[in-house]
Amino acid sequence: MQALVDQLIQDGYFQGVPREVLYAASMALAAFAVLSFFVAPLAGVTSWLERRVWARMQSRVGPNRVGPQGILQWLADGIKNLLKEDIIPTAADKWLFVFAPYIVFVGFLATFVVIPFGGQLIVADLNIGIFYLLAVTSLVVVGILMAGWSSNNKWSLLGGMRSAAQIVSYEIPAGLSVLTIIFVAGTMSMQGIIKGQGWAPWDWFLFYNPFTFGAFFLYFTAALAEGNRTPFDIPEAESELVAGYVTEYSGMRFLFFFFAEWGNLYVIGAIATTLFLGGWQVPPVTDNPILLGILQFVVFFLKAYFWVFVAMWVRGTLPRVRVDQLMSLCWKYMVPLSFICLLGTAAWMVIWPRGNRLASVAMFIWGLGILALFFRRVRYQIRNARPEIYLKPYI
Amino acid sequence: MISLGEYVSNIVETATTIFEGMTITFSHFVRRPMTIQYPDRIEKPVQETLPLRYRGILEVDMDICTGCLACERVCPITCITIGIEMNKETKQRSFSHFDIDICKCMYCGLCAEVCPTGSIRHSQEFEGACYNPAGLVRHFVTGAVSLYKPKKGGETDPKLAMKAEIGLKYLDEFATPEEKAGGGGAEEG
Repeated sequence: MQALVDQLIQDGYFQGVPREVLYAASMALAAFAVLSFFVAPLAGVTSWLERRVWARMQSRVGPNRVGPQGILQWLADGIKNLLKEDIIPTAADKWLFVFAPYIVFVGFLATFVVIPFGGQLIVADLNIGIFYLLAVTSLVVVGILMAGWSSNNKWSLLGGMRSAAQIVSYEIPAGLSVLTIIFVAGTMSMQGIIKGQGWAPWDWFLFYNPFTFGAFFLYFTAALAEGNRTPFDIPEAESELVAGYVTEYSGMRFLFFFFAEWGNLYVIGAIATTLFLGGWQVPPVTDNPILLGILQFVVFFLKAYFWVFVAMWVRGTLPRVRVDQLMSLCWKYMVPLSFICLLGTAAWMVIWPRGNRLASVAMFIWGLGILALFFRRVRYQIRNARPEIYLKPYI
Repeated sequence: MISLGEYVSNIVETATTIFEGMTITFSHFVRRPMTIQYPDRIEKPVQETLPLRYRGILEVDMDICTGCLACERVCPITCITIGIEMNKETKQRSFSHFDIDICKCMYCGLCAEVCPTGSIRHSQEFEGACYNPAGLVRHFVTGAVSLYKPKKGGETDPKLAMKAEIGLKYLDEFATPEEKAGGGGAEEG
Protein backbone atom coordinates (compact mmCIF):
# COMPACT_ATOMS: atom_id res chain seq x y z
CA MET A 1 0.00 0.00 0.00
CA GLN A 2 2.75 2.44 0.98
CA ALA A 3 4.82 1.35 -2.01
CA LEU A 4 1.88 2.09 -4.32
CA VAL A 5 1.43 5.62 -2.92
CA ASP A 6 5.18 6.29 -3.13
CA GLN A 7 5.13 5.18 -6.75
CA LEU A 8 2.22 7.49 -7.52
CA ILE A 9 4.03 10.45 -5.88
CA GLN A 10 7.17 9.72 -7.89
CA ASP A 11 5.16 9.58 -11.09
CA GLY A 12 4.12 13.17 -10.45
CA TYR A 13 0.55 12.80 -9.27
CA PHE A 14 -0.64 14.81 -6.23
CA GLN A 15 2.03 17.52 -6.53
CA GLY A 16 2.21 19.95 -3.61
CA VAL A 17 0.25 17.72 -1.23
CA PRO A 18 2.09 16.77 2.00
CA ARG A 19 3.15 13.15 2.07
CA GLU A 20 1.50 12.44 5.44
CA VAL A 21 -1.88 13.64 4.20
CA LEU A 22 -1.60 11.32 1.23
CA TYR A 23 -0.73 8.38 3.43
CA ALA A 24 -3.63 9.09 5.76
CA ALA A 25 -6.02 9.52 2.84
CA SER A 26 -4.89 6.29 1.20
CA MET A 27 -5.28 4.40 4.47
CA ALA A 28 -8.78 5.81 4.95
CA LEU A 29 -9.65 4.90 1.37
CA ALA A 30 -8.31 1.36 1.80
CA ALA A 31 -10.23 0.91 5.05
CA PHE A 32 -13.41 2.19 3.39
CA ALA A 33 -12.93 -0.09 0.40
CA VAL A 34 -12.25 -3.16 2.54
CA LEU A 35 -15.19 -2.40 4.83
CA SER A 36 -17.80 -1.69 2.21
CA PHE A 37 -16.78 -4.00 -0.62
CA PHE A 38 -15.46 -7.00 1.24
CA VAL A 39 -16.26 -7.16 4.94
CA ALA A 40 -19.88 -5.99 4.90
CA PRO A 41 -21.08 -8.24 2.06
CA LEU A 42 -18.99 -11.09 3.43
CA ALA A 43 -20.45 -10.86 6.93
CA GLY A 44 -23.94 -10.46 5.47
CA VAL A 45 -23.71 -13.37 3.09
CA THR A 46 -22.17 -15.47 5.85
CA SER A 47 -25.16 -14.76 8.06
CA TRP A 48 -27.50 -15.91 5.30
CA LEU A 49 -25.40 -18.92 4.39
CA GLU A 50 -25.16 -19.97 8.02
CA ARG A 51 -28.92 -20.00 8.30
CA ARG A 52 -29.25 -22.01 5.09
CA VAL A 53 -26.56 -24.55 6.04
CA TRP A 54 -27.95 -24.87 9.52
CA ALA A 55 -31.44 -25.35 8.17
CA ARG A 56 -30.37 -28.08 5.77
CA MET A 57 -28.65 -29.92 8.62
CA GLN A 58 -31.98 -29.86 10.48
CA SER A 59 -34.00 -30.93 7.39
CA ARG A 60 -35.44 -27.45 6.98
CA VAL A 61 -35.17 -24.99 4.09
CA GLY A 62 -34.04 -21.74 5.67
CA PRO A 63 -34.51 -18.22 4.31
CA ASN A 64 -35.07 -18.56 0.55
CA ARG A 65 -37.52 -15.81 -0.34
CA VAL A 66 -35.56 -12.53 -0.55
CA GLY A 67 -33.76 -12.49 -3.87
CA PRO A 68 -32.63 -15.66 -5.64
CA GLN A 69 -32.54 -18.39 -3.01
CA GLY A 70 -32.75 -15.72 -0.31
CA ILE A 71 -29.25 -14.39 -0.88
CA LEU A 72 -30.41 -10.83 -0.22
CA GLN A 73 -31.83 -11.74 3.19
CA TRP A 74 -28.96 -9.95 4.91
CA LEU A 75 -29.86 -6.68 3.16
CA ALA A 76 -33.45 -6.97 4.32
CA ASP A 77 -32.30 -7.71 7.87
CA GLY A 78 -29.84 -4.82 7.79
CA ILE A 79 -32.44 -2.33 6.57
CA LYS A 80 -34.91 -3.57 9.14
CA ASN A 81 -32.40 -3.09 11.92
CA LEU A 82 -31.42 0.37 10.68
CA LEU A 83 -35.05 1.46 10.81
CA LYS A 84 -35.64 0.14 14.31
CA GLU A 85 -35.78 2.32 17.37
CA ASP A 86 -32.45 2.70 19.11
CA ILE A 87 -33.27 2.19 22.78
CA ILE A 88 -30.81 3.21 25.47
CA PRO A 89 -31.98 2.16 28.96
CA THR A 90 -32.39 5.03 31.42
CA ALA A 91 -30.18 3.41 34.02
CA ALA A 92 -27.45 2.52 31.53
CA ASP A 93 -24.05 4.15 31.48
CA LYS A 94 -24.83 6.01 28.30
CA TRP A 95 -21.38 6.72 26.91
CA LEU A 96 -20.02 3.22 27.47
CA PHE A 97 -23.26 1.74 26.17
CA VAL A 98 -23.03 3.70 22.93
CA PHE A 99 -19.32 3.11 22.54
CA ALA A 100 -19.15 -0.65 23.19
CA PRO A 101 -20.34 -1.93 19.77
CA TYR A 102 -17.72 0.17 18.02
CA ILE A 103 -14.92 -1.21 20.18
CA VAL A 104 -16.01 -4.74 19.29
CA PHE A 105 -16.27 -3.79 15.65
CA VAL A 106 -12.86 -2.09 15.55
CA GLY A 107 -11.28 -5.09 17.28
CA PHE A 108 -12.63 -7.28 14.52
CA LEU A 109 -11.99 -4.96 11.58
CA ALA A 110 -8.40 -4.18 12.57
CA THR A 111 -7.50 -7.81 11.90
CA PHE A 112 -7.99 -7.20 8.18
CA VAL A 113 -4.82 -5.11 8.16
CA VAL A 114 -2.59 -8.17 8.25
CA ILE A 115 -4.73 -10.80 6.52
CA PRO A 116 -2.88 -11.84 3.33
CA PHE A 117 -5.52 -12.18 0.61
CA GLY A 118 -2.84 -12.85 -1.99
CA GLY A 119 0.84 -12.55 -2.74
CA GLN A 120 0.64 -8.77 -3.17
CA LEU A 121 -2.80 -8.20 -1.73
CA ILE A 122 -2.19 -7.23 1.90
CA VAL A 123 -2.74 -3.88 3.59
CA ALA A 124 0.44 -4.05 5.67
CA ASP A 125 2.81 -6.99 5.97
CA LEU A 126 3.90 -6.30 9.54
CA ASN A 127 6.91 -8.24 10.75
CA ILE A 128 4.94 -9.02 13.93
CA GLY A 129 1.76 -9.77 11.97
CA ILE A 130 0.43 -12.73 13.93
CA PHE A 131 1.34 -11.11 17.23
CA TYR A 132 -0.60 -8.00 16.21
CA LEU A 133 -3.51 -10.25 15.30
CA LEU A 134 -3.60 -11.92 18.70
CA ALA A 135 -3.39 -8.52 20.38
CA VAL A 136 -6.13 -6.92 18.30
CA THR A 137 -8.61 -9.79 18.58
CA SER A 138 -8.35 -9.48 22.36
CA LEU A 139 -9.70 -5.96 22.05
CA VAL A 140 -13.12 -7.53 21.47
CA VAL A 141 -13.29 -8.61 25.11
CA VAL A 142 -13.01 -4.98 26.22
CA GLY A 143 -16.02 -4.07 24.10
CA ILE A 144 -18.04 -7.04 25.31
CA LEU A 145 -17.24 -6.29 28.94
CA MET A 146 -18.15 -2.64 28.38
CA ALA A 147 -21.46 -3.67 26.84
CA GLY A 148 -22.17 -6.04 29.71
CA TRP A 149 -21.29 -3.54 32.39
CA SER A 150 -22.92 -0.45 30.95
CA SER A 151 -26.29 -2.09 30.27
CA ASN A 152 -27.00 -2.16 34.02
CA ASN A 153 -28.64 -5.53 33.66
CA LYS A 154 -27.86 -8.77 35.45
CA TRP A 155 -27.98 -10.88 32.30
CA SER A 156 -25.73 -8.50 30.42
CA LEU A 157 -23.19 -8.33 33.21
CA LEU A 158 -23.11 -12.11 33.61
CA GLY A 159 -22.69 -12.52 29.87
CA GLY A 160 -19.90 -9.96 29.76
CA MET A 161 -18.06 -11.56 32.68
CA ARG A 162 -18.39 -15.01 31.17
CA SER A 163 -17.08 -13.74 27.88
CA ALA A 164 -14.10 -12.10 29.59
CA ALA A 165 -13.25 -15.29 31.48
CA GLN A 166 -13.66 -17.36 28.34
CA ILE A 167 -11.60 -15.20 26.01
CA VAL A 168 -8.79 -14.70 28.52
CA SER A 169 -8.62 -18.46 29.14
CA TYR A 170 -8.71 -19.48 25.51
CA GLU A 171 -6.05 -16.96 24.54
CA ILE A 172 -3.54 -19.37 26.04
CA PRO A 173 -4.15 -22.50 23.93
CA ALA A 174 -4.66 -20.28 20.86
CA GLY A 175 -1.42 -18.43 21.52
CA LEU A 176 0.51 -21.62 22.17
CA SER A 177 -0.76 -23.28 18.98
CA VAL A 178 0.22 -20.18 17.03
CA LEU A 179 3.61 -20.25 18.73
CA THR A 180 4.10 -23.80 17.47
CA ILE A 181 3.84 -22.52 13.91
CA ILE A 182 6.05 -19.53 14.65
CA PHE A 183 8.71 -22.03 15.80
CA VAL A 184 8.49 -23.88 12.51
CA ALA A 185 8.25 -20.83 10.28
CA GLY A 186 10.81 -18.78 12.17
CA THR A 187 8.88 -15.58 11.51
CA MET A 188 5.81 -13.72 12.76
CA SER A 189 5.08 -12.03 9.45
CA MET A 190 1.94 -13.41 7.81
CA GLN A 191 3.51 -13.42 4.33
CA GLY A 192 6.66 -14.99 5.77
CA ILE A 193 4.66 -17.84 7.30
CA ILE A 194 2.90 -18.50 4.00
CA LYS A 195 6.16 -18.36 2.07
CA GLY A 196 7.54 -21.03 4.42
CA GLN A 197 4.93 -23.45 3.04
CA GLY A 198 4.30 -24.85 -0.40
CA TRP A 199 1.25 -25.29 -2.59
CA ALA A 200 1.20 -29.07 -2.11
CA PRO A 201 -0.65 -30.33 0.97
CA TRP A 202 2.43 -32.19 2.28
CA ASP A 203 4.28 -28.87 2.31
CA TRP A 204 1.68 -27.30 4.58
CA PHE A 205 2.46 -26.77 8.23
CA LEU A 206 -0.66 -28.80 9.04
CA PHE A 207 1.19 -31.98 8.01
CA TYR A 208 4.64 -30.84 9.19
CA ASN A 209 4.53 -33.32 12.06
CA PRO A 210 1.89 -34.90 14.33
CA PHE A 211 2.20 -32.04 16.79
CA THR A 212 1.32 -29.28 14.32
CA PHE A 213 -1.59 -31.46 13.20
CA GLY A 214 -2.86 -31.45 16.78
CA ALA A 215 -2.08 -27.76 17.15
CA PHE A 216 -4.36 -26.99 14.23
CA PHE A 217 -7.41 -28.49 15.93
CA LEU A 218 -6.47 -26.86 19.22
CA TYR A 219 -6.18 -23.53 17.44
CA PHE A 220 -9.51 -23.95 15.66
CA THR A 221 -11.33 -24.92 18.87
CA ALA A 222 -9.77 -22.05 20.81
CA ALA A 223 -10.58 -19.61 18.00
CA LEU A 224 -14.23 -20.73 18.04
CA ALA A 225 -14.28 -20.07 21.77
CA GLU A 226 -12.69 -16.64 21.30
CA GLY A 227 -15.23 -15.80 18.62
CA ASN A 228 -18.08 -16.75 21.00
CA ARG A 229 -19.30 -19.44 18.64
CA THR A 230 -21.27 -22.54 19.51
CA PRO A 231 -20.44 -24.79 21.36
CA PHE A 232 -18.73 -22.03 23.35
CA ASP A 233 -21.38 -19.31 23.05
CA ILE A 234 -22.15 -19.16 26.75
CA PRO A 235 -21.82 -15.34 26.89
CA GLU A 236 -25.05 -15.08 24.91
CA ALA A 237 -26.62 -18.37 26.00
CA GLU A 238 -30.26 -17.60 25.28
CA SER A 239 -31.57 -20.42 27.44
CA GLU A 240 -30.10 -18.93 30.61
CA LEU A 241 -29.02 -15.34 29.95
CA VAL A 242 -31.74 -14.00 27.58
CA ALA A 243 -29.12 -12.72 25.12
CA GLY A 244 -26.11 -12.12 27.35
CA TYR A 245 -24.31 -8.87 26.79
CA VAL A 246 -26.59 -7.83 23.92
CA THR A 247 -29.79 -8.10 26.00
CA GLU A 248 -30.34 -4.33 26.18
CA TYR A 249 -29.21 -3.52 22.66
CA SER A 250 -31.53 -2.93 19.76
CA GLY A 251 -31.43 -1.83 16.16
CA MET A 252 -28.12 -1.19 14.49
CA ARG A 253 -26.06 -1.37 17.68
CA PHE A 254 -27.33 -4.89 18.20
CA LEU A 255 -26.42 -5.73 14.64
CA PHE A 256 -22.87 -4.45 15.06
CA PHE A 257 -22.11 -7.22 17.55
CA PHE A 258 -23.34 -9.88 15.16
CA PHE A 259 -21.67 -8.20 12.22
CA ALA A 260 -18.40 -8.64 14.13
CA GLU A 261 -19.26 -12.22 15.00
CA TRP A 262 -19.97 -13.31 11.43
CA GLY A 263 -17.02 -11.38 10.06
CA ASN A 264 -14.87 -12.94 12.76
CA LEU A 265 -15.68 -16.37 11.36
CA TYR A 266 -13.89 -15.45 8.18
CA VAL A 267 -10.96 -14.07 10.17
CA ILE A 268 -10.68 -17.39 12.04
CA GLY A 269 -10.67 -19.26 8.74
CA ALA A 270 -8.13 -16.88 7.25
CA ILE A 271 -5.73 -17.24 10.18
CA ALA A 272 -6.06 -21.03 10.14
CA THR A 273 -5.39 -20.98 6.39
CA THR A 274 -2.37 -18.73 6.77
CA LEU A 275 -0.81 -20.67 9.61
CA PHE A 276 -1.57 -24.25 8.69
CA LEU A 277 -2.99 -24.61 5.20
CA GLY A 278 -0.48 -22.94 2.94
CA GLY A 279 -2.31 -19.62 2.54
CA TRP A 280 -2.46 -18.38 -1.04
CA GLN A 281 0.21 -20.76 -2.35
CA VAL A 282 -0.73 -22.00 -5.84
CA PRO A 283 1.04 -24.35 -8.23
CA PRO A 284 3.22 -22.48 -10.76
CA VAL A 285 0.74 -22.44 -13.62
CA THR A 286 0.94 -18.89 -14.96
CA ASP A 287 3.38 -15.98 -15.17
CA ASN A 288 0.77 -13.28 -15.69
CA PRO A 289 0.88 -11.29 -12.40
CA ILE A 290 -2.78 -10.25 -12.55
CA LEU A 291 -4.00 -13.78 -13.30
CA LEU A 292 -1.73 -15.14 -10.59
CA GLY A 293 -3.08 -12.56 -8.12
CA ILE A 294 -6.67 -13.56 -8.89
CA LEU A 295 -5.83 -17.24 -8.57
CA GLN A 296 -4.12 -16.67 -5.24
CA PHE A 297 -7.06 -14.66 -3.96
CA VAL A 298 -9.52 -17.36 -5.00
CA VAL A 299 -7.46 -20.15 -3.45
CA PHE A 300 -7.07 -18.26 -0.19
CA PHE A 301 -10.72 -17.32 -0.08
CA LEU A 302 -11.91 -20.88 -0.71
CA LYS A 303 -9.61 -22.34 1.92
CA ALA A 304 -10.65 -19.72 4.47
CA TYR A 305 -14.32 -20.05 3.65
CA PHE A 306 -14.21 -23.81 4.03
CA TRP A 307 -13.41 -23.27 7.69
CA VAL A 308 -16.31 -20.85 7.97
CA PHE A 309 -18.45 -23.71 6.71
CA VAL A 310 -16.90 -26.04 9.29
CA ALA A 311 -17.75 -23.53 12.02
CA MET A 312 -21.38 -23.52 10.85
CA TRP A 313 -21.32 -27.28 10.73
CA VAL A 314 -19.97 -27.51 14.29
CA ARG A 315 -22.73 -25.15 15.32
CA GLY A 316 -25.27 -27.48 13.80
CA THR A 317 -23.75 -30.47 15.57
CA LEU A 318 -22.64 -29.75 19.11
CA PRO A 319 -24.71 -28.58 22.07
CA ARG A 320 -23.60 -25.66 24.19
CA VAL A 321 -21.18 -26.51 27.01
CA ARG A 322 -21.66 -25.45 30.62
CA VAL A 323 -19.41 -22.80 32.18
CA ASP A 324 -17.49 -25.25 34.36
CA GLN A 325 -17.14 -27.65 31.41
CA LEU A 326 -15.80 -24.80 29.34
CA MET A 327 -13.17 -23.92 31.91
CA SER A 328 -12.14 -27.52 32.60
CA LEU A 329 -11.87 -28.17 28.85
CA CYS A 330 -9.56 -25.21 28.50
CA TRP A 331 -7.35 -25.56 31.55
CA LYS A 332 -7.29 -29.33 32.04
CA TYR A 333 -7.12 -30.46 28.43
CA MET A 334 -6.33 -27.81 25.88
CA VAL A 335 -3.55 -25.97 27.72
CA PRO A 336 -1.55 -29.15 28.54
CA LEU A 337 -2.12 -30.49 25.03
CA SER A 338 -0.95 -27.29 23.40
CA PHE A 339 2.16 -27.36 25.60
CA ILE A 340 2.78 -30.93 24.41
CA CYS A 341 2.40 -29.74 20.80
CA LEU A 342 4.80 -26.86 21.40
CA LEU A 343 7.48 -28.95 23.11
CA GLY A 344 7.05 -31.82 20.65
CA THR A 345 7.57 -29.48 17.72
CA ALA A 346 10.62 -27.96 19.43
CA ALA A 347 12.10 -31.44 19.96
CA TRP A 348 11.26 -32.35 16.36
CA MET A 349 13.14 -29.31 15.14
CA VAL A 350 16.16 -30.26 17.22
CA ILE A 351 16.18 -33.75 15.68
CA TRP A 352 15.31 -32.72 12.08
CA PRO A 353 16.22 -29.02 11.73
CA ARG A 354 15.12 -28.90 8.07
CA GLY A 355 11.92 -30.84 8.60
CA ASN A 356 11.22 -34.47 7.77
CA ARG A 357 9.75 -34.88 4.30
CA LEU A 358 8.88 -38.53 4.84
CA ALA A 359 6.97 -37.73 8.03
CA SER A 360 5.08 -34.93 6.22
CA VAL A 361 3.99 -37.27 3.44
CA ALA A 362 3.01 -39.90 6.00
CA MET A 363 0.97 -37.29 7.89
CA PHE A 364 -0.71 -36.27 4.64
CA ILE A 365 -1.66 -39.87 3.93
CA TRP A 366 -2.99 -40.19 7.47
CA GLY A 367 -5.07 -37.05 6.89
CA LEU A 368 -6.47 -38.59 3.73
CA GLY A 369 -7.27 -41.70 5.74
CA ILE A 370 -9.28 -39.65 8.22
CA LEU A 371 -11.13 -38.02 5.32
CA ALA A 372 -11.88 -41.43 3.81
CA LEU A 373 -13.13 -42.70 7.17
CA PHE A 374 -15.31 -39.63 7.41
CA PHE A 375 -16.97 -40.27 4.07
CA ARG A 376 -17.38 -43.93 4.93
CA ARG A 377 -19.22 -43.00 8.11
CA VAL A 378 -21.39 -40.51 6.21
CA ARG A 379 -22.27 -43.25 3.72
CA TYR A 380 -23.10 -45.55 6.61
CA GLN A 381 -25.42 -42.94 8.15
CA ILE A 382 -27.19 -42.38 4.85
CA ARG A 383 -27.50 -46.05 4.08
CA ASN A 384 -28.93 -46.82 7.49
CA ALA A 385 -31.51 -44.04 7.42
CA ARG A 386 -32.37 -44.66 3.75
CA PRO A 387 -33.27 -41.05 3.02
CA GLU A 388 -33.79 -39.46 -0.34
CA ILE A 389 -30.45 -37.96 -1.36
CA TYR A 390 -30.85 -34.38 -2.47
CA LEU A 391 -27.61 -32.74 -3.52
CA LYS A 392 -29.15 -29.66 -5.14
CA PRO A 393 -28.19 -26.60 -3.11
CA TYR A 394 -31.39 -24.76 -4.00
CA ILE A 395 -34.97 -25.52 -3.06
CA MET B 1 -8.14 -36.40 40.47
CA ILE B 2 -8.36 -38.70 37.47
CA SER B 3 -5.84 -41.27 36.33
CA LEU B 4 -3.76 -40.89 33.20
CA GLY B 5 -5.68 -43.67 31.45
CA GLU B 6 -8.95 -41.90 32.13
CA TYR B 7 -7.48 -38.61 30.94
CA VAL B 8 -6.36 -40.09 27.63
CA SER B 9 -9.62 -41.98 27.14
CA ASN B 10 -11.51 -38.71 27.75
CA ILE B 11 -9.56 -37.05 24.95
CA VAL B 12 -10.05 -39.97 22.58
CA GLU B 13 -13.75 -40.14 23.39
CA THR B 14 -14.16 -36.41 22.75
CA ALA B 15 -12.45 -36.64 19.38
CA THR B 16 -14.32 -39.75 18.20
CA THR B 17 -17.77 -38.65 19.38
CA ILE B 18 -17.41 -35.22 17.78
CA PHE B 19 -16.28 -36.98 14.58
CA GLU B 20 -19.33 -39.24 14.67
CA GLY B 21 -21.65 -36.30 15.33
CA MET B 22 -20.19 -34.40 12.42
CA THR B 23 -20.81 -37.34 10.07
CA ILE B 24 -24.44 -37.48 11.17
CA THR B 25 -25.07 -33.78 10.57
CA PHE B 26 -23.27 -33.97 7.25
CA SER B 27 -25.45 -36.88 6.18
CA HIS B 28 -28.47 -34.70 6.99
CA PHE B 29 -26.94 -31.90 4.98
CA VAL B 30 -27.30 -33.92 1.76
CA ARG B 31 -30.86 -35.03 2.46
CA ARG B 32 -33.96 -33.43 1.08
CA PRO B 33 -35.56 -30.95 3.53
CA MET B 34 -38.87 -32.06 5.02
CA THR B 35 -40.42 -28.61 4.73
CA ILE B 36 -43.57 -28.22 2.65
CA GLN B 37 -43.38 -24.67 1.36
CA TYR B 38 -47.06 -23.80 1.81
CA PRO B 39 -48.74 -21.90 0.20
CA ASP B 40 -46.98 -21.09 -3.06
CA ARG B 41 -44.23 -23.64 -3.67
CA ILE B 42 -46.17 -26.90 -3.63
CA GLU B 43 -47.00 -29.20 -6.50
CA LYS B 44 -50.78 -28.84 -6.19
CA PRO B 45 -52.97 -26.78 -3.87
CA VAL B 46 -53.54 -28.27 -0.43
CA GLN B 47 -57.31 -28.09 -1.01
CA GLU B 48 -56.99 -30.77 -3.67
CA THR B 49 -55.06 -33.11 -1.44
CA LEU B 50 -57.56 -33.04 1.44
CA PRO B 51 -59.86 -36.02 2.04
CA LEU B 52 -63.45 -35.70 0.79
CA ARG B 53 -64.90 -35.91 4.31
CA TYR B 54 -62.80 -32.87 5.30
CA ARG B 55 -64.94 -30.25 7.04
CA GLY B 56 -63.83 -27.01 5.48
CA ILE B 57 -65.67 -23.72 5.19
CA LEU B 58 -69.40 -24.20 4.47
CA GLU B 59 -70.71 -23.59 1.00
CA VAL B 60 -74.30 -23.48 -0.21
CA ASP B 61 -75.60 -24.38 -3.64
CA MET B 62 -78.49 -21.90 -3.83
CA ASP B 63 -79.98 -23.57 -6.91
CA ILE B 64 -81.10 -26.60 -4.91
CA CYS B 65 -81.81 -24.94 -1.56
CA THR B 66 -85.45 -25.45 -0.58
CA GLY B 67 -85.45 -22.78 2.12
CA CYS B 68 -86.65 -25.21 4.77
CA LEU B 69 -84.59 -23.39 7.47
CA ALA B 70 -83.53 -26.77 8.95
CA CYS B 71 -79.90 -25.74 9.00
CA GLU B 72 -80.64 -22.41 10.64
CA ARG B 73 -82.63 -24.13 13.35
CA VAL B 74 -80.13 -26.93 14.01
CA CYS B 75 -77.07 -24.67 14.15
CA PRO B 76 -75.93 -24.64 17.82
CA ILE B 77 -74.31 -21.21 17.57
CA THR B 78 -76.67 -19.61 15.06
CA CYS B 79 -74.02 -18.69 12.56
CA ILE B 80 -76.47 -19.25 9.70
CA THR B 81 -79.07 -16.56 9.09
CA ILE B 82 -81.64 -16.99 6.33
CA GLY B 83 -84.22 -14.44 5.26
CA ILE B 84 -87.18 -15.38 3.03
CA GLU B 85 -89.57 -12.86 1.49
CA MET B 86 -92.91 -13.37 -0.21
CA ASN B 87 -93.76 -11.35 -3.30
CA LYS B 88 -97.38 -10.20 -2.59
CA GLU B 89 -98.50 -10.21 -6.24
CA THR B 90 -97.04 -13.43 -7.58
CA LYS B 91 -97.08 -15.32 -4.24
CA GLN B 92 -93.54 -16.36 -5.09
CA ARG B 93 -91.21 -16.84 -2.17
CA SER B 94 -87.53 -15.88 -2.56
CA PHE B 95 -84.40 -15.47 -0.44
CA SER B 96 -83.50 -12.00 0.78
CA HIS B 97 -80.28 -13.18 2.39
CA PHE B 98 -78.42 -16.38 3.23
CA ASP B 99 -75.38 -15.57 5.36
CA ILE B 100 -72.95 -17.89 7.13
CA ASP B 101 -70.59 -16.31 9.65
CA ILE B 102 -67.36 -18.31 9.30
CA CYS B 103 -66.04 -16.52 12.39
CA LYS B 104 -68.59 -18.30 14.56
CA CYS B 105 -68.83 -21.61 12.73
CA MET B 106 -67.34 -24.52 14.64
CA TYR B 107 -67.51 -27.00 11.76
CA CYS B 108 -69.75 -29.47 13.61
CA GLY B 109 -71.45 -30.48 10.38
CA LEU B 110 -75.00 -30.65 11.80
CA CYS B 111 -76.37 -28.36 9.10
CA ALA B 112 -74.99 -30.56 6.34
CA GLU B 113 -76.52 -33.65 7.99
CA VAL B 114 -79.95 -32.15 8.31
CA CYS B 115 -80.20 -30.63 4.84
CA PRO B 116 -82.78 -32.54 2.75
CA THR B 117 -81.16 -31.83 -0.62
CA GLY B 118 -77.51 -31.59 0.38
CA SER B 119 -77.22 -28.03 -0.78
CA ILE B 120 -75.27 -26.88 2.29
CA ARG B 121 -72.05 -28.78 2.64
CA HIS B 122 -68.46 -28.54 3.76
CA SER B 123 -66.02 -27.58 1.03
CA GLN B 124 -62.32 -28.37 0.94
CA GLU B 125 -61.62 -24.66 1.42
CA PHE B 126 -59.92 -23.65 4.67
CA GLU B 127 -58.06 -20.41 4.00
CA GLY B 128 -60.35 -17.85 5.61
CA ALA B 129 -57.80 -15.22 6.63
CA CYS B 130 -58.82 -11.63 5.94
CA TYR B 131 -58.24 -8.18 7.41
CA ASN B 132 -61.75 -7.60 8.71
CA PRO B 133 -64.10 -9.96 10.59
CA ALA B 134 -66.92 -8.74 8.34
CA GLY B 135 -65.11 -10.33 5.43
CA LEU B 136 -65.60 -13.72 7.03
CA VAL B 137 -69.38 -13.54 6.67
CA ARG B 138 -70.18 -15.42 3.49
CA HIS B 139 -73.14 -14.02 1.56
CA PHE B 140 -74.68 -16.59 -0.74
CA VAL B 141 -77.57 -14.48 -2.03
CA THR B 142 -76.61 -11.65 -4.34
CA GLY B 143 -79.72 -11.13 -6.41
CA ALA B 144 -83.26 -12.45 -6.00
CA VAL B 145 -83.11 -16.23 -5.75
CA SER B 146 -86.30 -18.20 -5.64
CA LEU B 147 -86.68 -21.30 -3.55
CA TYR B 148 -86.13 -24.72 -5.09
CA LYS B 149 -89.08 -27.04 -5.20
CA PRO B 150 -88.31 -30.73 -5.67
CA LYS B 151 -90.53 -32.09 -8.42
CA LYS B 152 -92.33 -35.39 -8.18
CA GLY B 153 -90.90 -38.06 -10.46
CA GLY B 154 -87.45 -36.59 -10.80
CA GLU B 155 -85.89 -33.38 -12.03
CA THR B 156 -86.43 -32.42 -15.63
CA ASP B 157 -83.94 -29.57 -16.04
CA PRO B 158 -80.61 -31.40 -16.69
CA LYS B 159 -78.50 -28.72 -14.99
CA LEU B 160 -80.54 -28.81 -11.83
CA ALA B 161 -80.72 -32.59 -11.96
CA MET B 162 -76.96 -32.81 -11.93
CA LYS B 163 -76.75 -30.45 -8.97
CA ALA B 164 -79.40 -32.33 -7.04
CA GLU B 165 -77.57 -35.55 -7.70
CA ILE B 166 -74.28 -34.09 -6.38
CA GLY B 167 -76.11 -32.88 -3.27
CA LEU B 168 -77.70 -36.24 -2.57
CA LYS B 169 -74.46 -38.05 -3.18
CA TYR B 170 -72.74 -35.77 -0.69
CA LEU B 171 -75.52 -36.33 1.81
CA ASP B 172 -75.35 -40.05 1.33
CA GLU B 173 -71.64 -40.51 1.53
CA PHE B 174 -70.26 -37.84 3.82
CA ALA B 175 -72.85 -35.97 5.81
CA THR B 176 -74.68 -38.97 7.29
CA PRO B 177 -73.47 -40.50 10.55
CA GLU B 178 -71.93 -43.88 9.92
CA GLU B 179 -74.59 -46.17 11.41
CA LYS B 180 -77.25 -44.56 9.20
CA ALA B 181 -75.06 -44.40 6.10
CA GLY B 182 -76.75 -45.71 2.97
CA GLY B 183 -80.26 -45.38 4.37
CA GLY B 184 -80.36 -41.60 4.65
CA GLY B 185 -80.32 -40.85 0.97
CA ALA B 186 -83.05 -43.28 0.09
CA GLU B 187 -85.58 -41.83 2.55
CA GLU B 188 -85.09 -38.29 1.34
CA GLY B 189 -85.12 -39.20 -2.34
